[in-house]
Amino acid sequence: MKPGSSLFIDFEMKFKYEIEGGNFSKAGNASSAVKKILKQLNVPPSIIKKLVVALYEGEVNVVAHAWNGCIRVDIETDRIFVSIEDEGPGIPDIAQAMQEGFSTASQAVREMGFGAGMGLPNMKKNADVLDIRSDVGKGTVVEITTFLKKQE
Amino acid sequence: MVVEDIVKALKLNVFGGNEGLLREVTGGYVSDLLSDVMGNALEGDIWATLQTHKNVMAVASLKDVAAVILVKGLKPDEDMLAQANEEGIPVLGSDLETFELAGRLYALINKE
Ligand SMILES: Nc1ncnc2c1ncn2[C@@H]1O[C@H](COP(=O)(O)OP(=O)(O)O)[C@@H](O)[C@H]1O
Ligand SMILES: [Mg+2]
Repeated sequence: MKPGSSLFIDFEMKFKYEIEGGNFSKAGNASSAVKKILKQLNVPPSIIKKLVVALYEGEVNVVAHAWNGCIRVDIETDRIFVSIEDEGPGIPDIAQAMQEGFSTASQAVREMGFGAGMGLPNMKKNADVLDIRSDVGKGTVVEITTFLKKQE
Repeated sequence: MVVEDIVKALKLNVFGGNEGLLREVTGGYVSDLLSDVMGNALEGDIWATLQTHKNVMAVASLKDVAAVILVKGLKPDEDMLAQANEEGIPVLGSDLETFELAGRLYALINKE
C-alpha cells in the first residue's frame, strides 16, 4: 500500500522482545527491530521517528537501571501500543525521575554519554500518551501509546 | 551534498561504513550525550562526537544520521566499526577538535 493512503494497517500485530539488564552492547536492538517492522508496514515516517525515540529511551532505561525486561509492541489499526516491563529496583519518585537532568546513573554509564537525565523527558515529548507505574524493589512498567492519525 | 564531499573538503579519515559515502547530508549535530542526539538530531545530519563505542551506531542508525565524525583523532572501538560496516553508515575521523570541526562543517553545509 502506498504511503498516504488512508488506512495503512488493517490488521493487528503483536511482537515481543527481551531486554538484558546491564548489557549495553545489545541496547537498541529491540528498538531497531521494531523500527524495521514499522517501516515495512508503511507507518508514516513522522510517527516512526517519534516512536523510535521513546522506545530507545525505554529500552536503554531497562539496560541501565533494571535487571531484565521485555518490550511488547501491539500494532492496531488506529494506534501503536508499547509496553516496556522490567524486573528491577523500580522508581521511588516518578515525578522526580521525569525531571530533565535527574539521573541516578553511575559515573561509568555517564561517561558513555548515557545518564543525562533526558530519557524520560524524551519519552514524554515523543509519546502521545506515556504511563509509568513502578513498584519499588520489584520493577517498572512504562506504556507508550502512539496514535496513527489518518493521512490525507 | 553527500558524505563523500565532506570527506574530501575536510580531509577526513574514513574508518568504515564506506557503503554509505553517498548518503545525503542535510545538516549537522554536535553532542556527546546519546539522549540529546536521540531527542534533537535530524535525519540526514552528520554527527560529530568524541564517543567511540558501539551505542553510537545504534543511535546513528535509529536516527538515520548521514554519518558520524569522531573528533580529536579518536578511533572507533572495534565493535562500533563492525556495526558501522553492517549498517553502511560511515564513521569518519578528524584531527581537529570539536569547535574547529563544527565551524568548518557549518560553513560547508550552509554554503549549499
Ligand atoms: N526502568 C527503570 N527502572 C528503575 N529506575 C528507572 C527506570 N527508568 C528510569 N529510572 C530512574 O529514573 C531516572 C531518570 O531516567 P532518565 O530520564 O531516562 O535518565 P537517565 O536514564 O539518563 O538517568 C534514572 O536515572 C533512574 O533513576
Ligand atoms: Mg534513561
